[in-house]
Amino acid sequence: MVKSLKQFGQYILMLRVVFSRPDRWRFYWKQTILEIEQIGINSLPIVALMSAFMGAVIALQTASSMESPLLPDYTVGFITQSSTILEFSPTIISLILAGKVGSNVASEIGTMRVTEQIDAYEIMGVNSLNFLVLPKISAALVFFPVLVIFSMALSMFGGWLALLVSDLTTTEIYILGVRSFFNPFHITYALTKTLVFGFLIVSIASFYGYYVKGGSLDVGRASTQAVVSSSIAILIANFILTQLMLLS
Amino acid sequence: MITVNNISKSFNGQKVLFGIDHVFEEGKVNLIIGQSGQGKSVLAKCMVGLYEPEEGEVQFDQRNFTKMDRFERSNIRQEIGMLFQGSALFDSMTIEQNVMFPLQMFTNMTKAEIQQRTDFCLDRVNLAGRNKLMPSECSGGMQKRVGIARAIAMNPRYLFCDEPNSGLDPKTSIVIDNLIRDLTQEYNITTVVITHDMNSVMEIGDHILFIHQGKKWWQGDRHSIIHANNPEIESFVYASAFMKDIRAQLQKKA
Repeated sequence: MVKSLKQFGQYILMLRVVFSRPDRWRFYWKQTILEIEQIGINSLPIVALMSAFMGAVIALQTASSMESPLLPDYTVGFITQSSTILEFSPTIISLILAGKVGSNVASEIGTMRVTEQIDAYEIMGVNSLNFLVLPKISAALVFFPVLVIFSMALSMFGGWLALLVSDLTTTEIYILGVRSFFNPFHITYALTKTLVFGFLIVSIASFYGYYVKGGSLDVGRASTQAVVSSSIAILIANFILTQLMLLS
Repeated sequence: MITVNNISKSFNGQKVLFGIDHVFEEGKVNLIIGQSGQGKSVLAKCMVGLYEPEEGEVQFDQRNFTKMDRFERSNIRQEIGMLFQGSALFDSMTIEQNVMFPLQMFTNMTKAEIQQRTDFCLDRVNLAGRNKLMPSECSGGMQKRVGIARAIAMNPRYLFCDEPNSGLDPKTSIVIDNLIRDLTQEYNITTVVITHDMNSVMEIGDHILFIHQGKKWWQGDRHSIIHANNPEIESFVYASAFMKDIRAQLQKKA
């Protein structure tokens, strides 16, 4: 407990240094663009694959459970839409990104730590936390919402394709379901969650990477710890944000 | 000139440095020597601010580095070059970009001036024309030389080298030692080298600080260390059979 509190305090102190003014804005923008490519664009294939198949499975499971004649046909489209927007795209995709991006960030920064590259930045007078971590956080905040919107679209497309191939509904009825009871606030809610999750994934992974001590084994451990901790943080933040945004 | 006054440092309650006082002279290669685990690297890291000493202070030409805040230290650090034990080259950058980095970060030089300075530094360490190599494509000796080129890019007043010869063959070690000595004399900088390599001690040791059990044990130069009448120094200097032979010959002559 004391160790966890100490770590939390160290994390807050780290964020204070991360969010200081960059030494050179030119370097900051350049690094941010590189990070958008590395942690954003490179995640597109896995997000696309997951979203299309999960959307298809959600639609098929819903269709297979619809035995009551009282339920209208468009219910399948509606449930696919609402599960995708409310939970699947922002939360499940973020958990997947916690694994992919979180481990990548923690091992990259951790390797820089154990090979003294971070010390080299510090000796030169560079604010290493700001230089290394801020562009990653900025890239996540800019590109994770894009990934989630892309995921929503692909998930609903996957659902439509699965239903069409299985001959369980028509395009018109599915689209009617997707558009039924659509609440634009749910998009705001999903994107707010995505921003918070993106921040948590990158900042927690950077924290574990930056403060790693030892050698390559410790970098591996830090990377695993980063994924576990950011996943837990996402689940807790998901609960709190849902309480705050949907129920209050 | 770098002055350390009464530097002490502990880790998890275990004291590793005990009130070290020393002056590292300008225009000389100052060596910190001693057996492994005696506190050499900790002292150097306290000097450059990677560790905070519990007691004492470090002064760079009468400027009290220990009492400075992060922003004031940043200015001093731009006057420090450091060669790390593992070279610590930025592995996502070419060797040219490694050398350019501090110039792009901290100076207002034009692209052409930066290129010119980078080429000069790489040429100075005999790496002209190797600009586009990645660190992973360089040998250990080349990586050390790139590390030196990066360290001198900003015309430092202070140069720190942490075990510059570790992992290198004896011939390459001498090349690196000579480079460090030449740069020190050429630019009149204060150089601090941490080593336990006796070849380096005899090659470049203008001013030597011997640390034992976290304490300042002895100081002198490469000539006096051979005759130092101290059991700890003797066991360090004459650790190898080769050095023991030299001692026997010296004693015979005497």
